[in-house]
Amino acid sequence: MLDTGVTAWMLVSASLVLLMTPGLAFFYGGMVRGKSVLNMMMLSFGAMAVVGVIYVLWGWSMSYGASVGGFFGNPFDQFGLGGSFDPVAYLDDEETLFMPTIVDVGFQTTFAIITVALISGALAERIKFSSWLVFSGLWVTFSYFPLAHMVWGGGLLSSDGPFASIADPIDFAGGTVVHINAGVAALVLALIVGKRKGFGKEPIRPHNLPFVMLGAALLWFGWFGFNAGSAYGANDGAGLAWVNTTTATAAAILGWLLTERIRDGKATSLGAASGIVAGLVAITPAAGDVSPIGAIFVGAVAGVLSALAVGLKYKFGYDDSLDVVGVHLVAGLWGTLALGLVATGERGLFYGGGFNQLAVQAIIAIIAIAISAVVTLVLGLIIKLAMGWRVSAEAEERSIDLAEHGEAAYETIGARAVSEVK
Amino acid sequence: MTKLITAVIQPHKLDDVKSALEAAGVRGLTVSEASGYGRQRGHTEVYRGAEYTVDLVPKVRVDVLVADEDAPGIAQAVITAAQTGKIGDGKVWIVPVEDVARVRTGEHGDEAL
Repeated sequence: MLDTGVTAWMLVSASLVLLMTPGLAFFYGGMVRGKSVLNMMMLSFGAMAVVGVIYVLWGWSMSYGASVGGFFGNPFDQFGLGGSFDPVAYLDDEETLFMPTIVDVGFQTTFAIITVALISGALAERIKFSSWLVFSGLWVTFSYFPLAHMVWGGGLLSSDGPFASIADPIDFAGGTVVHINAGVAALVLALIVGKRKGFGKEPIRPHNLPFVMLGAALLWFGWFGFNAGSAYGANDGAGLAWVNTTTATAAAILGWLLTERIRDGKATSLGAASGIVAGLVAITPAAGDVSPIGAIFVGAVAGVLSALAVGLKYKFGYDDSLDVVGVHLVAGLWGTLALGLVATGERGLFYGGGFNQLAVQAIIAIIAIAISAVVTLVLGLIIKLAMGWRVSAEAEERSIDLAEHGEAAYETIGARAVSEVK
Repeated sequence: MTKLITAVIQPHKLDDVKSALEAAGVRGLTVSEASGYGRQRGHTEVYRGAEYTVDLVPKVRVDVLVADEDAPGIAQAVITAAQTGKIGDGKVWIVPVEDVARVRTGEHGDEAL
């Protein structure tokens, strides 16, 4: 039977998660130089455009259609939301789920979009918009949909998979599918695409920190749809996920700022915004399966770990421009593993659950890393050979906004004295 | 004859300098934002743990055109108003100006001041 309360909440949740991607565009856009902000934001908006179309064509079917060996759904099973797809069938594999499937399609579309957009932070200020759009379509098809199927669609990494005999794997809202997946892709692509001109030598400062904080605020707000929406109900489970999301995020801000205060002497606004995202990422897989006290632990550790991890790119010399690895991969891994420690209901080690949960969490994390690494490596190299990733050195130096989009974000004296209007 | 007095000062001293110029009878001035360094040098900023040394410090530049004989007194008024005694207070200099014209009327020389 249709539960209008659940249906209404899931429509709101889907809308909230969709808002995260423009939020991410602000978060990323503020961190780049003023000459590159439009291109940076367009990478997020481009992901919305490409994935938003693909999802209804074969995305849903590859995630939730008839399973092919537990790896992915058959893309032709419910292609274009046709075939065996029934838009008014109610999800009822648990007693509380009473909403039309078409609402879930909307909800899931927004997850696929944000996951692709996250990767763009590693590629700031230097890639061709066309290459990005093609990559977005390929990567969501070969990395995101299969992982979504494996974890959420009843595939290999779900509670119906082979590892469930050790313990039921937990990924509440996307620690593996979204954050580890995007974080690994970011690392691989940063290596394939190469550094920005001047990386590590000349200062590349964030041009608009208020944009970064605005973006972080929008992400936090949208994340309530992401996590509390993933309870698939307007109930106590959603309430717990909501509280855990906020608690963990607040703790992560404190963790990040404390690390900065000790290491650098100052607690920064960029640190607060980054701590927000690290906390949100870490609690994502755990939001429905830890207590609020557990959430404080998950968030605080995530803030410290990510604040320490963002320096690694200088040490190893890869230009993960906006720290997708340091924030999403590190905090995503931590959140996924932390469930092995603090999952409630006698599952986590700290609650007397033994090592089984920790082991199964490590297994799903490693498999997610491997799948994303291999798929991204192949696709990244194909794009490199077929289209090339980089804009010309001159375009990069001058302004990628001008070279790729023919626009400038901010008015200058030169722009005001336009010589000819056609 | 006319002189151009240029002062590069601490941004927070602009109000004091403006008041001092008004008191000295100067009727117009041009202010622009400037960046630079002297002995003060810059400062450091940290973004996600990466430290940047910012050499150029924000300053305010004030330009006023004055009659020859008023120049030393007005320059002194600017110096007194802008002084904090700390490093980074800035510089004031005076240069001769060959001609000045008021655009609205076409007047030249001291009449244009």
